[in-house]
Amino acid sequence: MVNTATIEEAKIRALLETVKDPEIPVLSIIDLGMLREIKIKDDKIEVVFTPTYSGCPATDMISATIKMVLQENGYSNVKITSVLSPAWTTDWMTEEGKKKLKSYGIAPPNPKQQVCHQELFLPDEAVQCPRCDSWNTHRISEFGSTACKALYQCDDCKEPFDYFKCH
Amino acid sequence: MKYALIDYTLHLADTTLILAQRNAEWCGHGPILEQDIAITNITLDLLGQSRNFYQYAASLIGHNASEDSLAYLRKEREFKNLLLVEQPNKDWGQTTLRQFLFSQFHFFLLEQLQKGNDTQLAAIAEKSIKETTYHVRWSSEWVIRLGDGTEESHQRMENAIEELWRYTDEMFTPVEYENESSVDFKELKTKWLNNVKKVFAEATLTIPENEFMQTGGKSGVHTEHLGYILSDLQYLQRTFPGATW
Ligand SMILES: [Zn+2]
Repeated sequence: MVNTATIEEAKIRALLETVKDPEIPVLSIIDLGMLREIKIKDDKIEVVFTPTYSGCPATDMISATIKMVLQENGYSNVKITSVLSPAWTTDWMTEEGKKKLKSYGIAPPNPKQQVCHQELFLPDEAVQCPRCDSWNTHRISEFGSTACKALYQCDDCKEPFDYFKCH
Repeated sequence: MKYALIDYTLHLADTTLILAQRNAEWCGHGPILEQDIAITNITLDLLGQSRNFYQYAASLIGHNASEDSLAYLRKEREFKNLLLVEQPNKDWGQTTLRQFLFSQFHFFLLEQLQKGNDTQLAAIAEKSIKETTYHVRWSSEWVIRLGDGTEESHQRMENAIEELWRYTDEMFTPVEYENESSVDFKELKTKWLNNVKKVFAEATLTIPENEFMQTGGKSGVHTEHLGYILSDLQYLQRTFPGATW
């Protein structure tokens, strides 16, 4: 038997799929792995999500958008809860999300993160160019256009590109 | 008991906010574009951390307290930030050294808070430690690059140490509201000093000996610099109370 709550949850999940990260508009909060839980009790809906970075200016906007999208679709009793622990990690990004990121021109996070440590002056993490797939790339800066990115350049096609870095 | 937790949380919030505010002064003035972006990214991380701490403090205080009222409407003597973080940027050497001395400490502190007995502080620490790892690495590399760089860059780093070292002991000197916290200050200092020595050795820099140590910031007694920072930071809300956009 299909439970009505399950159907309701699937509907809400589909709506949340339309809530994008304003800074990377190809990724939804589900692609990013930010959505933790949808709690439904009678007409009360609680959406639990994990912010990506402490200082991400998009977080407030995402939470406002979730509320707006749900209200537009008839859910008026919505509560948004942000939980910090367990801390969000790039490992939570979906495979679908990584594909979208790459076709958008941003190198997706490497599956096995290599730079979350304190060793100094290490060689650059190998990152594949999202345009020509070359591994012949180098890091320009560990800090990029937003908190989540590092700046790289491809030594084959010469294009600079963003890399969604270790977190 | 709850008062101690509120004060301690405010101390963490104020420290990260004031350092963010200081670093933000570099916005548009960095030595090269990539490093301008780096220091402002670090600013954003610190600001995010401070917002999390202020939000938590506001929830503990209750009534009408909010992250904004705590950041914008408290007076200088109510701020509990470390003296180290309110010191002027001066040059790139002093800025990166200040970040280095703080980040090395902050990393080990967050490590402890993560295992501490307050679940919300632990959650904020768990979130913050990842970005702090980047700050540790970035600032350590700059200290080495400049210390072991040219004659002039070396001299500037020595000057920066002369300027900032006296504010480092405050990080390890607990004040009243820290007495009940689960932080092990002795362990913090050992780990911090160990790392600072390692980086300084590589940077050919020396740790001053028997220097007079200045404390006070954690209890609200600040250097002459904080008032100026706050007059800048709080100007808008003081002039147009409740202004939003
Ligand atoms: Zn390429």
